[in-house]
Amino acid sequence: MEQVTNIQKESVIQIRKLHKSFGENKVLRSVDLDVFSRENVVVLGRSGSGKSVLIKIIVGLLKPDSGEVIVLGQNLKLLDEKGLQALRLSIGFSFQNSALYDSMTVKENLEFPLVRNRKHLSQSQIDNEVHQVLDDVGLSQTIHQMPAELSGGQRKRIGIARTLILRPRIMLYDEPTAGLDPTTSLEINNLIKEVREKYHTSSIVITHDLTCARQTGDRIAMLLDGQFVTQGKFDEVFPSKNEKIQSFYNYNFIQ
Amino acid sequence: MENVDKKKKYVISRRIDEFFLKIFDAWRFLRRFFSELFKPPLEWGEIVKQCYQVGYRSLGLISLTGFITGLVFTKQSRPSLSEFGAASWLPSLVAIAIIRALAPLVTSLICAGKVGSNIGAELGSMNVTEQIDAMEVSATNPYKFLVVSRVIATTLMIPVLTCYSAFIGLMGSFLDVNAHEKTSLATFFENAFIKITFLDIGATLVKAIAYGFTIGMVSCYKGYHASQGTEGVGRAANSSVVLSMFFIFLEEIIIVQVANYFRT
Repeated sequence: MEQVTNIQKESVIQIRKLHKSFGENKVLRSVDLDVFSRENVVVLGRSGSGKSVLIKIIVGLLKPDSGEVIVLGQNLKLLDEKGLQALRLSIGFSFQNSALYDSMTVKENLEFPLVRNRKHLSQSQIDNEVHQVLDDVGLSQTIHQMPAELSGGQRKRIGIARTLILRPRIMLYDEPTAGLDPTTSLEINNLIKEVREKYHTSSIVITHDLTCARQTGDRIAMLLDGQFVTQGKFDEVFPSKNEKIQSFYNYNFIQ
Repeated sequence: MENVDKKKKYVISRRIDEFFLKIFDAWRFLRRFFSELFKPPLEWGEIVKQCYQVGYRSLGLISLTGFITGLVFTKQSRPSLSEFGAASWLPSLVAIAIIRALAPLVTSLICAGKVGSNIGAELGSMNVTEQIDAMEVSATNPYKFLVVSRVIATTLMIPVLTCYSAFIGLMGSFLDVNAHEKTSLATFFENAFIKITFLDIGATLVKAIAYGFTIGMVSCYKGYHASQGTEGVGRAANSSVVLSMFFIFLEEIIIVQVANYFRT
């Protein structure tokens, strides 16, 4: 049991004293965060609080001004382009608007990362993988459809399926329930939990949706004004005496 | 009053900075193309697909404009040449005009409008909807996949379309000449190529390659750096066309000067 606990406590993402500014705007100010193996961490905060910037730094899409980001034991600062690309194979990134390739069918969207990064696979093996992930997200029937023909929830699911096809160890979800109705949001929240169970992933979920945070998060990290003001389980974070957290909670409740 | 002057100076100085930063950015984009071009493997599948998009999909428009250019140019030139009893020189005159100037220029301007705006809008839309980022996080080099393949396709296909346009233009001219002088196709082409030299064809090919590269590079740069949602996509498509045309005319002047230097 103790050994299992140790394995679960293995840190897959370590962020230390991270700073990021855009011109005069200081988006992240000395951010520290640890994500442990098979843990779902929800980064909660208002729009423009730097949540998406944080995960874009983790996947190497943005460079920090200072601070350290260590992912799966590798310091991003020390990685060259090849090293970064290799590391990205272990990180799945689900974009806010799904970012499906408009000119490709669902099948081609899912094949794209596989064809480019698993060159040893035969076409039948690729087909099997595609069918497998589509089954996992419950959208096998959409295989020949174009992204424009899919609903918002379906697009999100296919976006997640596209990242899962490379069997990542870490999943980063950028606003997974943004713009979805409550029922579809619930389905996406369940999918995030299922992904962790089936694919044994550790995740960071970026959201401002309290329902999503409560349903998917093992731990909540509250990002306000570029800093984490509190971290803990949902019931520990809310209610809080901190005025800013209270105001965020009330705002969401009213919404 | 002093404050207003200071503010104006600040704005001007900031704009100058931005202008030079943009030039530096464009230079880095161009330099990256050559460094990625020689790093194997190339995206052959995407290059072939883009060649199809640029070449085959433009054939209809190029055929129409090429044919009309040749036909109209012949019709317009006939009265002046006939006045001096030099109507027999029509095939030669039209061939010189089409091969030296009209075919590369008309083809590239049409392609700047059709292909350039298409690339600018496509990449711009991919950028603002984070599809380029999605490519990058799935360990694919988006620059190589999107930019290098498109620039290679335009650089290869515009010379091909230029040759095709020249041929169709000459056919348009032949139609008019044949209607008036009953000249056969063989005689028409024999007369047409009397004054055409290797330098003319070489300069035309150089022009077409340069224009193709320019259209691809400018459109990809504009699309790749599009921002601010759908408005940014529209702006990227529009400026791809305008800037491509501007550079095409600039290159035209330079290449004509160089060709004339060798001709004399």
